[in-house]
Amino acid sequence: MSAPNKSYDPVEVEALKPEQIDRARDEAVAAVAAAGDLEELREVKTAHAGDRSPLALANREIGALPPHAKAEAGKRVGQARGAVNKALKARQEELERERDERVLAEESVDVTLPYDRRPRGARHPLTTLSERIEDVFVAMGYSVAEGPEVEAEWFNFDALNLDPDHPARSMQDTFFVQAGEGRSSKDSGSAAGDSGVVLRTHTSPVQIRSMLDREPPLYVICPGRVYRTDELDATHTPVFNQVELLAIDEGLTMADLRGTLDHMVRSLLGEGMHTRLRPSYFPFTEPSAEMDMVCYVCRGASVGNPEQPCRTCNSEGWIELGGCGMVNPRVLRACGVDPERYSGFAFGFGIERMLMFRHSVEDMRDMIEGDVRFTLPFGMEI
Amino acid sequence: MRAPLSWLREYVDLPAGETGRQVAARLVDAGLEVETVDRLGADLTGPLVVGEVLAIEELTEFKKPIRYCQVDVGKANGSGEPQNIICGARNFAVGDKVVVALPGAVLPGDFAISARKTYGKVSEGMICSERELEMGDDHAGIIVLPPEHEAGTDAVALLELVDDVLDIAVTPDRGYCLSLRGLAREAATAYGVPLRDPALIDVPAPNADGYPVEVVDRHACDRFTARTVSGVRPEARTPIWMKRRLQKAGMRPVSLPVDITNYVMLELGSPLHAYDRDRLDGPITVRRAERGEKLTTLDAVERTLHAEDLVIADARGPIGLAGVMGGAYSEIVDPAFDAESGRWEGTTEIVVEAAHFAPVPIARSVRRHKLPSEAAKRWERGVDPQAAASAAQRTVDLLELLGGGTAGRGVTEVSSAREPQTIVIPADLPDRTAGQEYGRETVVRRLHQVGCDVYGQDELTVTPPSWRPDLTDPADLTEEVIRLEGYHNLPVRLPRPPSGRGLTERQRLHRRVGRALAADGYVETPTYPFLGQELLDALGFEADDARRRTVMLANPLSEEEPGLRTTLLPGLLTALRRNEGRGSQAHGTGVALFETGLVFLPSGEEPPAVRLPVDRRPSDEEIAALDAALPEQPRHVAAVLAGPRDRGGWWGGETPGGWADAVEAARRVADEAGAELLVGNGQHAPWHPGRCAVLSVQVDGERRLVGHAGELHPRVLKELGLPARTSAMELDLDLLARAGSGPVRSRHISTFPVATQDVALVVDGQVPAVEVEQALRRGAGQLLESLRLFDVFTGEQLGAGRKSLAYALRFRAADRTLTAAEASEARDAAVAAAVEETGAVLRGV
Repeated sequence: MSAPNKSYDPVEVEALKPEQIDRARDEAVAAVAAAGDLEELREVKTAHAGDRSPLALANREIGALPPHAKAEAGKRVGQARGAVNKALKARQEELERERDERVLAEESVDVTLPYDRRPRGARHPLTTLSERIEDVFVAMGYSVAEGPEVEAEWFNFDALNLDPDHPARSMQDTFFVQAGEGRSSKDSGSAAGDSGVVLRTHTSPVQIRSMLDREPPLYVICPGRVYRTDELDATHTPVFNQVELLAIDEGLTMADLRGTLDHMVRSLLGEGMHTRLRPSYFPFTEPSAEMDMVCYVCRGASVGNPEQPCRTCNSEGWIELGGCGMVNPRVLRACGVDPERYSGFAFGFGIERMLMFRHSVEDMRDMIEGDVRFTLPFGMEI
Repeated sequence: MRAPLSWLREYVDLPAGETGRQVAARLVDAGLEVETVDRLGADLTGPLVVGEVLAIEELTEFKKPIRYCQVDVGKANGSGEPQNIICGARNFAVGDKVVVALPGAVLPGDFAISARKTYGKVSEGMICSERELEMGDDHAGIIVLPPEHEAGTDAVALLELVDDVLDIAVTPDRGYCLSLRGLAREAATAYGVPLRDPALIDVPAPNADGYPVEVVDRHACDRFTARTVSGVRPEARTPIWMKRRLQKAGMRPVSLPVDITNYVMLELGSPLHAYDRDRLDGPITVRRAERGEKLTTLDAVERTLHAEDLVIADARGPIGLAGVMGGAYSEIVDPAFDAESGRWEGTTEIVVEAAHFAPVPIARSVRRHKLPSEAAKRWERGVDPQAAASAAQRTVDLLELLGGGTAGRGVTEVSSAREPQTIVIPADLPDRTAGQEYGRETVVRRLHQVGCDVYGQDELTVTPPSWRPDLTDPADLTEEVIRLEGYHNLPVRLPRPPSGRGLTERQRLHRRVGRALAADGYVETPTYPFLGQELLDALGFEADDARRRTVMLANPLSEEEPGLRTTLLPGLLTALRRNEGRGSQAHGTGVALFETGLVFLPSGEEPPAVRLPVDRRPSDEEIAALDAALPEQPRHVAAVLAGPRDRGGWWGGETPGGWADAVEAARRVADEAGAELLVGNGQHAPWHPGRCAVLSVQVDGERRLVGHAGELHPRVLKELGLPARTSAMELDLDLLARAGSGPVRSRHISTFPVATQDVALVVDGQVPAVEVEQALRRGAGQLLESLRLFDVFTGEQLGAGRKSLAYALRFRAADRTLTAAEASEARDAAVAAAVEETGAVLRGV
């Protein structure tokens, strides 16, 4: 190692001669370029940029130079080292990229291999369709109301203007609940048990309960399970789901009923859908109507067109959806709502039927039996 | 109600070319539910003619006797020569008039008739039965026509084979439409043409010479007309036109007097009854039955009467169940030819009853005796009381005209009919209901068309017609106006409800629970709630298990399943088995199902539900009393699973499912409810006694049982035919919702480093892991951020019946970096608590 020497001539320091530095730089850059892989490059780095590399050694000599020479020598060495480091870095990146490409190529797999390790679940379409219908009305400001499925006859029938001898009451094919333990209702000779309790035949008792609970204006939607003594077949089930709607306010008319029905079918089934009303009879509404909607499948195109028959609507162009009407003032009175001040409308329909034509379900039993192959495709929402 | 268009035209001048379908469309708009329009004879082509049988050759060499007949068909075959026709029926003789389909004819069902060889002969056509011509169901023999019809006459016209018949489902409020008269009225209004009311006929005034009648129960029977006809010829037959109308209306022709009463009922809507006068003993009485009285009805069934049954009786006892069905003894005798006397025998002296009964007693008798009838159907829906006398007169007229009888001059009429009720209705009520302005004039005009009398200006006083007992309220009149104006003309408007608050917390929870379980691989499966003893036995419920106390149905669909579910498991397990049975294993995974729904938990002490009034709002106490009659109906959620929880494949093997998955499913649900699920070991049917988790939650500071989870008992699985290790959980979702801790409160998130410490504790095998964990948590104190059991180990080196539980504890402070000493200290405190509370021993780490 050289000691400081005041009379030292920089030119005489061999290692700091410009040509020496340039050579060292050129040799280093050439070695870097020649390095074939990252291992070789590491060796080149040690040899040409390490502590004992020619440029590093030359750098140490700078301190021995007289002040006037230091700057120039420092600059020269610094530039050389910079060039070497730059070459190293570039080569490093180049080699790493090459290595990564090789590794990635080696790691490649067949991503078309099927992978279904985690089985999916699903919600039942009757549930999700009901929710979808609820959402349509909740968005309008309605609230969703629920009630018991085992229900007092008063709620299910009487309050709805169906007195015990009303022909419509036997029409409904009701499941009656046996009266208290040990007391059979069968010996009474009438189908109606003494318990005064039935499985609700519609969700209308929920409407009654809503009116009793709250003051008008009242806008509720009542989805739920209902029961009738039908045997299960392709188009009937003794346990099914209904959605009913009730609106009680000042000045509601049949025009409001029509508007609401049209809005619903458009929301559920798309633009261009609409409904029509046909006069009918229900004890709890007066006037009453059957509501039909344009056939979801053929949109009426099959009517009078034998070339294009429609199985969904039997080429009638309309599908029967359910019943509706203006709430019978008698019903309002039984619930403590003043029929002189308030009027209201109501409608109800079966969700199973809606599911059948909205999703081309051909056999109602598929909705009942719980075969996962039916339910899974419906996923989380409908 | 089946209405032939040709019959309808008798009372209304419908446009000449109007088809059944077109008329149906108009009636639908007016509120009649026309289910179908049968186009009778639409595919029928002649020649179909009257033939006279000239000769019959019996062919006996075939399996059944066959007749080879010579039939005169007049000039209908062009030649005038008799046709030779093979016939298999035997109900005719030489000289009889029959219906012949000649070659070239096409009968209903695309049945082409041609001359063809059969039974060794050439048959030049066919002698027809009723069924072949779609007249009725009778296929016992061929049609034998009355003798007066000439051979060669066109039978298509004679038998009125071409017609449109409207099949109408009449709603309970429109009883008057169970008659041609009522339907004609609707058709007349729909087409804006006049109605020829068949009830408007001259009726003689009542007198004292009629058949004696005493009406005891005048509430149930406010009108009773009796007429007599004598000398009706037993051989008189129902003319073809009447037979055909009855057939088209769906009734079977019987005998002339019976056919006439049915015909008049169809025409006017008033049910009638005809008695054989010779079989009556003394005056006719209308009264309630006496207890134990018996009556053999027309259908030959002996019925024990109920004290509420309204009966028609004579001196000997009941002769009919009023309004429902007549008695067999006094019925009109079917005419029969008596070979000995060479004369027709049958009823000749007839008493005709045309009464008016109240709907309720009739409806009750029908239900009691399960005896629906055409007559009862009309009484239940309300019959025009004013039409009774006309109906009786019409019957008498027809018995004279067609039966050759003579009307008795006596006319009995017992009447206590009340004054018709009037309804007061604001003239603008229909406008306000429809949302459209009709104006008073339209309202009044429409009410007139319905048959009402209307007085008044802004407030109308309306008297409904006698045939509309359903019109009692202003709303009923409103409907009449709006339906006649057309529902399709109503405006459309969308109401603006006040702003809502969206779903309730409970409703949101139900949706979340469904999504969480579905996201976890469970498939939602709503099941029927019906169950029976057998299933409860199979589930291994003890005799005193509360879940055996079910709500019982009085009229279950299946006698095997008369109860309602007290648990969701039976339905889900049945669905699980069905999926297994349908080869779900082939998909390489297990089956996992869930359901949320109500269960029904009666106390057995529920009082009967009373009938509250409907003319006012019931009081809160009254409503509470009704609710007390209902069983508890909490919403449950349950899940079942069998087989692996995932699939094996090229990536490796499958993960078996089991009790732990069931417990996890319960936890998922509890998480959604924001409730902390407390798990303990326990025993509860139908679970495996060693693999049953008892689940509870804190509700209002109290620990409440909320459900169970685990593997099902192997015996239950065997009984139900389910795969081994099938597991299940069930929770009371309503209770769980109450255990929720409300909105999440965010915790401070410390950014200081974590200190991790692992400990392995050896405890007795009987010590539940949950207790060890609780002890560790308590001992570890505030610095513990989380704790996780990462290994369970048993082995000889631990000693028999002992297990090692390895936990990872993470410590962190909110305000500083923990020192190693602090972390160790906290860990030691945790271990110390576990040692003290559970007898744990720290295992050398």
